Amino acid sequence: MVIPEFCAWLENTAVGSSIRQSTWLFPTIETIHVLATVIVVGSVTMLDLRLLNIAYRDRSIREVHEDVLPWTWTSFAVAAIAGSLLFSSSATKYYHNVPFRIKMVLLLLVGINAAFFERGTYPRMANSDRESRIPRAAKIAGAVGIVFWIGVVACGRWIGFTK
Amino acid sequence: MHDGVVFLTHRGWNSKVIESFCDWLSNTSISLTIQTVMWVIPAVQTIHILCVAIVMSCMAMMDLRLIGLAGTRRPVSAAVSRFVPWVWGALPVLLTTGVILIVGEPSRELLNPYFRFKMLFLAVVVVITFFVQRLNKRDATFWETRRILAALTGVASLLLWVGIVSAGRWIAYY
Repeated sequence: MVIPEFCAWLENTAVGSSIRQSTWLFPTIETIHVLATVIVVGSVTMLDLRLLNIAYRDRSIREVHEDVLPWTWTSFAVAAIAGSLLFSSSATKYYHNVPFRIKMVLLLLVGINAAFFERGTYPRMANSDRESRIPRAAKIAGAVGIVFWIGVVACGRWIGFTK
Repeated sequence: MHDGVVFLTHRGWNSKVIESFCDWLSNTSISLTIQTVMWVIPAVQTIHILCVAIVMSCMAMMDLRLIGLAGTRRPVSAAVSRFVPWVWGALPVLLTTGVILIVGEPSRELLNPYFRFKMLFLAVVVVITFFVQRLNKRDATFWETRRILAALTGVASLLLWVGIVSAGRWIAYY
């Protein structure tokens, strides 16, 4: 197997072992990870709630999309980098951790849902500036996004309560 | 040390009284239930963080608008009246879940300096947010016409919220 060997190598790199041995590096990177994550989840939920016609109803989907998603993507990059650094500190432990694995699967599903919406549903609906009727596919993407993100946060928190 | 600083440390602010309160609270049946039912604390923390996500994102959008970095196509008053109600809606959930976590592990929070800083920052930012909303209600152009005051208020609010989330995470490391 390649992955266990990669994990063993990763946690013995200078980066991985410094984070593991330091008293303050892990909590500091974790704080950045949490700050970035809450912005990712909160901002993408704004768009999801617009797709479900619950919030932002006085503004077009296109406008919410343009206002919110750049912050989501920037924060996601920060969260992913910080998360990878946390992973590197005990890669083998996380690789065998069940909530960690569920979280990664959910992130993959979140990505598929987002790609499906961005490539398929959104380009077809963005032409009309005022969406009086939101297509069912967009509503489903919004609902699925909210549910999966709740799962990602729950698994993330759950990791902290497992060995 | 000055009295105002001492109350934020473990030793200060009548810690004997708080310690005995923690002892009493952690022996109540509700606390013992939370302590023994394994899933309560992770589940409540998850709800707490999801509400933090709502508050933090709404406040970031409003603060960045006050500073002039986001949503500048629309007036400041629109951002204030859009985002502040979500904070007042999420805060009761945050306080409820927070109280459940305190009842489950009283000394982890009540004797923790990070927790005290978090509560101090929260009190200040709630007052700031209240006035941002109130001044906006009284005069929709208030923040629009005071660019520097708006930017400073946005920076202060954003820093306080970052401080609240950071202190919240560091509670676990005291």
